[in-house]
Amino acid sequence: MTGRTPPLQAVHEDAGASFTDFGGWEMPVEFDSIRTEHAAVRESVGIFDVSHMGEIEVTGPDARELMQRLTTNDVPALDSGEAQYAMITDEDGIILDDTVVYNLPPEHDADYLFIPNAGHDGQMYDRWVDHRDEWGLDAEVSNRTDDYAMFALQGPDAEERLLDAVAEDQRTTICGLNRFGVVPATVGGVDCLVARTGYTGEDGFELIAPADEADTVWEQFDCQPCGLGARDTLRIEMGFLLSGQDFDPEDDPRNPYEAGVGFTVKLDTEFVGRDALERVDAEGVAERLTGFRLVDRGVPRQGYTVRDLDGEAIGTVTSGTMSPTLEKPIGLAYLPVEYRSPGVNVQVMVRGEPKKAQTQALPFLDR
Amino acid sequence: MSFEIPEDCRFLDSHEWARREDGTVRVGISDFAQDELGDVVFVELPAEGDQVTQGEEFGVVESIKAVSDLYSPVSGTVVAVNDDLVDAPELVNEDPYGDGWMLDVEIDDESELDDLLSPEAYDDQIA
Repeated sequence: MTGRTPPLQAVHEDAGASFTDFGGWEMPVEFDSIRTEHAAVRESVGIFDVSHMGEIEVTGPDARELMQRLTTNDVPALDSGEAQYAMITDEDGIILDDTVVYNLPPEHDADYLFIPNAGHDGQMYDRWVDHRDEWGLDAEVSNRTDDYAMFALQGPDAEERLLDAVAEDQRTTICGLNRFGVVPATVGGVDCLVARTGYTGEDGFELIAPADEADTVWEQFDCQPCGLGARDTLRIEMGFLLSGQDFDPEDDPRNPYEAGVGFTVKLDTEFVGRDALERVDAEGVAERLTGFRLVDRGVPRQGYTVRDLDGEAIGTVTSGTMSPTLEKPIGLAYLPVEYRSPGVNVQVMVRGEPKKAQTQALPFLDR
Repeated sequence: MSFEIPEDCRFLDSHEWARREDGTVRVGISDFAQDELGDVVFVELPAEGDQVTQGEEFGVVESIKAVSDLYSPVSGTVVAVNDDLVDAPELVNEDPYGDGWMLDVEIDDESELDDLLSPEAYDDQIA
């Protein structure tokens, strides 16, 4: 696949980053070391280039209606300047993508913005346009993925670092910004959207900036640059979903209740997949995304089989790593619901060898 | 970036090194290999007394991001294993030719060392 590249690829190369393909994008996976980058975010602050994430804007009289009917959360509940985590599901309630829906502040041209995962922007743009036309709604849908760069400034010192970079008269607004709040802000003289969102379990901000001014914004932050390797380890410690691993509509279709994100499903709203999810909610699920830690030595990896103590296969690891914070091997797998309680003994097949493992409550890290 | 390539080591193209010591051959992975792997979090090695064969797998090294097989640069009997790597696998990153060594092997045939890449040839390979 020919890679799409973030606006700052050359800057990252100069900083010594190594790269990987991520959803069709060639993205920095590691700058210094995953352990160093991970620790920076948990203990102070780090910055990620997440320009591979999609940006789709929706504007017009029926923008809210369109957003509501294609995402599982309660879009009308969002005031201007607020965001929410949501699933995008099909008619059967299967997760096609997870996203953050922003009701943009009035200063911005568009009404709503949502963030599909890397490489999903084209598919989601088509989905929005097709449904808009089918339902006869009056809304303009724009795929702005190539127009914007997106950075995530994450860690306990993120606010302090951001305050140094924003225009002086905006500092009070930034300090008062609630989790999932979004405001326009000037960073290094560049007009950005700044949201108190992110993916690491730490306090932090995501900055959406014009792609052609990305370097000016990036240069405002003299802190540890972090790659997607650290993003993965930070994410899994929190039990957050990774597109293509913890849900994959093609290879392992899952609904939000199985994936442990039923809190994003508001059955008193109308959206594609609602009726199917109402049935799932009433009937319950047979399997659920479950955390575990390896008791024996080794590292669980995606695709490893999970077995019961009799040796019967009961699931497959969707995400796994050595947790840099906990210094323990941890993972996620869809397991029968009877394995949901913490402390149940199972086995994980690590390169053909059964290793002792035990289910754990999520998140692995208390935040 | 330049990587350390000691003059007294010979290399497999899969990035393991061998160094002749007193009566044995010491084995580990190269500076380039540890850098490519990133943070090493787990090393699985054979036991003392096990046999290893030149060019065949003898263990596994895992970093946070990847799993890699380890291939033996020589054939012979394992006479010592670096047990420090059980609790401190990061020694492979910190000192790949020193404290991060993996095995001492009593070699069957000294001439096997001639099959390995010289420091110059290995330098060319990773350039």
